[in-house]
Amino acid sequence: MTLQVADEVECNGIDELDRRIIIATQTGLPLVSRPYDVLARQLGISAEELMQRIRRMQDGGIIRRIGAVPNHYALGYRANGMTVWDVPDDRIDSLGEKVGALEFVSHCYHRPRRLPDWPYNLFAMVHAHSREQALQHVAQIAELLAEADRGHDVLFSTRILKKTGMRLK
Amino acid sequence: MMLDALDRQIINTLQSGFPLCDEPYAELAAGLGVDERTLLQRLQRLLDERVLTRFGPLYRADRLGGAFSLVAMKVPEDRFEQVAEIVNRFAEVAHNYQREHVFNMWFVLATDSAERVDEVNREIEKCCGLPVYNMPKLKEYFIHLDLKVEEADGSP
Repeated sequence: MTLQVADEVECNGIDELDRRIIIATQTGLPLVSRPYDVLARQLGISAEELMQRIRRMQDGGIIRRIGAVPNHYALGYRANGMTVWDVPDDRIDSLGEKVGALEFVSHCYHRPRRLPDWPYNLFAMVHAHSREQALQHVAQIAELLAEADRGHDVLFSTRILKKTGMRLK
Repeated sequence: MMLDALDRQIINTLQSGFPLCDEPYAELAAGLGVDERTLLQRLQRLLDERVLTRFGPLYRADRLGGAFSLVAMKVPEDRFEQVAEIVNRFAEVAHNYQREHVFNMWFVLATDSAERVDEVNREIEKCCGLPVYNMPKLKEYFIHLDLKVEEADGSP
C-alpha cells in the first residue's frame, strides 16, 4: 500500500500538473476579477482543483506565500545593505536567530566563508531610509554580537541589475 | 512615483498574503474599503512603475528539487556592464545586484536541479573569464517579508 503511494507521487512531491501550474503562475497572477478561473481554463482544469493544488503547495512550503515583491528603492528604502559578519562557527546558530529576529533585518543566513578573500559566514540584509540609519542598525548588530564579532562589513547595493525571481523552463 | 495612502495600504496588505477564492481582488478590495476596479488599476500601476517587481505565488526552488545560491564576483569597473549583460542572460539568474565593494556583483541562482548551480557557475566563469564565489545558504534563520511602507517615504 505504501509503495502505491510512492509510485503516484514524484520524489519532490510535485507532479506534472503542479509543474504546469508553477510555469503558468511564476511570472504573476492575472489582474482580472476571477484570476484562478482564467488560469484554470488555460490549464484545462477546474478553478476548484487549481485552488486546491495551490493550497497544497502552500501547506507543503513549496509556495512561500502569494503576494507582492516590492522594489525597496521605490518604497523609500534607499539604503539597502548586506551586512556580513565573521562569527565563530560553533555559535553561529544562536547568534543567527538573534540577528534574524531584529525588525530591521529582512533575511539572515549562514553561508560558507571563501578564504582568504571572504572571511564572513553570517549575512543579514538591512533596509533603511538612509545610510546613516543603516549604519546605526549595523552598530546595533555589532553590539548584539559583542565579542563574537571578529570582523564585519556592509555592502550597499547601488543598482538592481535584474529582479525576475525563479523561472522554471 | 508618488505613493498615496491607498498605494501604501495595498503594498503592505499584499506583502502578507493573498486570498485563494473565486474573486480574490474583490475580497481584498472590500478589506481596504475600495472597489475591485480601483484595486486592480492601482495594482497594475504599481507593477508598471516597478514599485512592485512581481505579484503572485512565490515558489521555493529548493523545495522543488532545485536549489538557490548566492554568487559573488569581482568585476573590473570597465567591464561591469558587459559582464552584467552576460550574467543576466542566464535564465537561472533570479536577481542580480551591484554593490559597493571589491565584490561588486552579487546574484542569486535559482535552478531546477542541485547540479545545475555548479554548471551555471562554470558557464558564467567561462563566458566572463572571471572567477565566481559560490555561497549557498547553509542555514536560514528568520525572514521578515514585509517591509512596511511608512507615511512620507513614498517618492525616491
